[in-house]
Amino acid sequence: MDAPRKLKVATTSLAGCFGCHMSLLDIDERLLDLLEIVEFDRSPLTDIKHCGHCDIGLIEGGVCNAENVHVLREFRANCKILVAVGACAVNGGLPAQRNHLQLHEILTAVYATEAGLASGVQIPNDPELPLPLNQVHPIHEVVKVDYFLPGCPPSGDAIWKFLTDLVAGCSPHLGYGLIRYD
Amino acid sequence: MSQDTFLLDGEEIPFTRGQTIMEAARAAGKFIPHLCWHPDFTGHGSCKLCTVKANGHLNAACVTAARKDMTVENRTPELDDKRRTLLQLLFVEGNHFCPSCEKSGNCVLQATAYELDMMSPHFDHFFPDRPVDASHPEVLLDFNRCILCELCVRVSRDIDHKNIFALSGRGIAKHLVVNAESGRLADTDFSLDDKAAQVCPVGVILTKKKGFSVPIGQRRFDATSIATQVTEAAAAAQEEV
Amino acid sequence: MNENDIILSVLARHGNDGTRLMQILRETQEALGWLAPHTLTTIAAGIGWSRAEVEGTASFYSFFHIEPRGRYRVLWSDNITDRMLGNQDLMLQMCQALWLEPGRVSEDGLVSVDTTSCTGLCDQGPAVLVNYRAIPRMTAEGVEQMVDLICTGTPLSDWPAEWFNVVSQVRRKDRLLDHGLVPGQALLAAIERGPEAMIAELKTSGLRGRGGAGFPAGQKWEACRNSPGADRIVICNADEGEPGTFKDRILLTDHPDQVFEGMTIAAWSIKASRGYVYLRGEYRYMLETLQAVLDRRRAAGLLGRNILGQPGFDFDIEIHHGAGAYVCGERSALVESLEGKPGRPRLRTWSLSVKGFLGLPTDVNNVETLANACLVAVHGGAWYAGVGTAKSSGTKLLSVSGDCARPGVYEYPYGVTVAQVLADCGATNTYAVQVSGASGITLTTEEFGRRISFEDVPSGGAFMVFDRRRDMLEMARHFSHFFAHESCGFCTPCRVGTAVNARLMDKLAAGHGSVYDINELFKMHRLMQGTSHCGLGSTATNAIHDTLTKFYPAYQRRMKSLDFEPAFDLDSALSQARQMTGRDDSGAHLSNSEST
Repeated sequence: MDAPRKLKVATTSLAGCFGCHMSLLDIDERLLDLLEIVEFDRSPLTDIKHCGHCDIGLIEGGVCNAENVHVLREFRANCKILVAVGACAVNGGLPAQRNHLQLHEILTAVYATEAGLASGVQIPNDPELPLPLNQVHPIHEVVKVDYFLPGCPPSGDAIWKFLTDLVAGCSPHLGYGLIRYD
Repeated sequence: MSQDTFLLDGEEIPFTRGQTIMEAARAAGKFIPHLCWHPDFTGHGSCKLCTVKANGHLNAACVTAARKDMTVENRTPELDDKRRTLLQLLFVEGNHFCPSCEKSGNCVLQATAYELDMMSPHFDHFFPDRPVDASHPEVLLDFNRCILCELCVRVSRDIDHKNIFALSGRGIAKHLVVNAESGRLADTDFSLDDKAAQVCPVGVILTKKKGFSVPIGQRRFDATSIATQVTEAAAAAQEEV
Repeated sequence: MNENDIILSVLARHGNDGTRLMQILRETQEALGWLAPHTLTTIAAGIGWSRAEVEGTASFYSFFHIEPRGRYRVLWSDNITDRMLGNQDLMLQMCQALWLEPGRVSEDGLVSVDTTSCTGLCDQGPAVLVNYRAIPRMTAEGVEQMVDLICTGTPLSDWPAEWFNVVSQVRRKDRLLDHGLVPGQALLAAIERGPEAMIAELKTSGLRGRGGAGFPAGQKWEACRNSPGADRIVICNADEGEPGTFKDRILLTDHPDQVFEGMTIAAWSIKASRGYVYLRGEYRYMLETLQAVLDRRRAAGLLGRNILGQPGFDFDIEIHHGAGAYVCGERSALVESLEGKPGRPRLRTWSLSVKGFLGLPTDVNNVETLANACLVAVHGGAWYAGVGTAKSSGTKLLSVSGDCARPGVYEYPYGVTVAQVLADCGATNTYAVQVSGASGITLTTEEFGRRISFEDVPSGGAFMVFDRRRDMLEMARHFSHFFAHESCGFCTPCRVGTAVNARLMDKLAAGHGSVYDINELFKMHRLMQGTSHCGLGSTATNAIHDTLTKFYPAYQRRMKSLDFEPAFDLDSALSQARQMTGRDDSGAHLSNSEST
């Protein structure tokens, strides 16, 4: 009998710090076990630029700009299971703490009025740059999300438990000690 | 003389006349999730986390008197599901960013959400604008985390006799205010020695210059769950007797 | 007098009594325009409460202003029936003429324009309150004239008097509105019966609370009479805040003696010495007339000491004002408000009959219930129970409004069919009827054979008619905002739930919704019904639930997808960045649909 097909997994970081990806690496030698059963599609680990059809998509970070929306939609369109990984994807996290400020105030402060700016600095308007959204949103406010894995970042153990449950076809359950929001 | 009892999730719980379901359950080491209730004060009944099914009717356990032979459902999937939804409503109502909160690990809201397997806030966030009040030399007020349980209001009024806090407004705009025309805590006679300074279940009333003196990982709910702690405390009290 | 003296004189008039805070705040505001921070400090010092507590009360009620308001405060009544009569266009017209945004005060402090919850003038809308004076039947010409009067600073007393003419449109009278009683007649009959016998007659009559809950009045009076206490209190609940209800307005306008006499009979029966009418702030215009009736009754020996010569029968009535809070219609919230506090419903630890106003045994009855008590006193319980149905004796006043030729108040014996009411009021092409207000029940054409009664379709008095032009999603959305505005904010499910529901309904109405959002609404319905602290929260989803189950196509045709739609408008979310960068290229836009 052939070995079962490896599950395809894609990962990305939107408005995140890649801390959740670091935590994924923190599963240490279990990475080798993981690679026995999954193969990575688009991910910082592979440098594949676009997401193909996948079984599982792991999203780190919230949605803070137009590009985040496009990437998130690409993942949603291609992944059977979409997972919000980490505090920023789950509730906007640290970047969302700008939400009580008006975006125009922030842009003006950063590009015009803050001390130490070189003269002639303007708010960048290059079409290559994604525009920031008025507020930072958790990903479930933009696409349907199947599972949430909280934590800042979720620990390697939490990620491992979560993924092995998913791969085994069980609804993931972390239990006390592995669920953490900090 | 045999003691009066009622059934909580199929177990007989003894109670004395006048005790609420919450008080009797607590004494017996049974955890009923709660936020606005505190063992040292009378029930308030606002957070509704302690909603149980008593003889088939939904009631807040902290304000419902225990009665002989009543049948109470507590940790059923149906009730825990409602509680999880209530928690999620509280999480999106305020700005609860645990990673940057000094109360993380000591927070009753967070510990209750862990106990109830809350994996996300689920609803769309309100992201309200609630400026902090850092005016007081000893205490910081971070209103972003307020869950309107009124513990500080009640304790300052009934125990400290100072009436430092009150709720203002109504509906989703309801918010905590302090007893000063300026709206600043520094302009009240609030002190770190007030009982109200210690009673906040979340991270609104914080002592200054004490941040993270106990590291994450060694905090109140880091080792054992809030439910386990209730069970252990009751067992310890039993042993003392 | 300077400001401080004005505040001190108001305080003195109320004996510096904190339990009279509502009246103190209202009178201070009437004199000073708004309640400034230092005003609240002075009042707090005067009544010996903490400032924070005074702020808690002042900030709770819609009609108290802790921020400056215009010298002319125009509030457009915003019930769904006002909307159906075009209030939104008229308000827009007014705002444009005044160069003003709704909710804002004009820069010169002259005027502010905003909306307010139903003012009880649904049969003669669109209505406005100007400085809390009711003006019905607004028109485009009326708006034009009003703008002129405002801009010229004309005092309200010089405005056309006929504008303030609130008419009583009584369309059908039965036993209650055709009572034929003279002042004192029912009271005398009650005194002749004696207190116990009066209560017994009331129990025989089967009279049930007309506010909506339907608790037997006789049982209520008996419980209060049997409660130990040095004194007892009778409260007339005239907070008529349920959208679409205006039948108490008719009783208070045309039959105030009946209402006061019902209170006095209650006082005689339960041994109470003090009575309060809790009059909703929207009915401020009735105050002077009602005071005059009370004076007349005092002069006639129907109030005061030794009433009708009965030694020791001392009872008087005072009118207290609400200040724009629907939740105060809940009787324990009403009592809290009467004590000067925010209208937060009490825990059910104590019945009000045992511990009510200021801890005294308290009887709270609806205006209509009290008026009916007069009939029982005169004619006896058996006579009273002679009409109606088995569990709903007597008659019911219905406030009919919406799409019909003859809106107004109709009195019917209980058991009348919805179809009969519709025929009588001249409703054609009727699509739906909303009975009992925003918290009530939505009936479809198939249900018009149902009967108004506690057994079938209970009603607090509202009967709003919708014809085939109407969109029932819009009605439910409107009510969802009403509840979000009126939630007292005490309990989690109602405080946050009503806000979540309003947001979901907006999303659906804007055509951005999906089945996911519908399921969310059902989930909130189940949560709020079971876990809310009071009736406001547990009924706040009724209209959503009823329209979802009975008028689902109204939702389906607005739905964008069956699966999921973003929580917010993505393209609008780039608006500030577009403005700041001056970009308008394709990369500077987002669509809410997945395809882009």
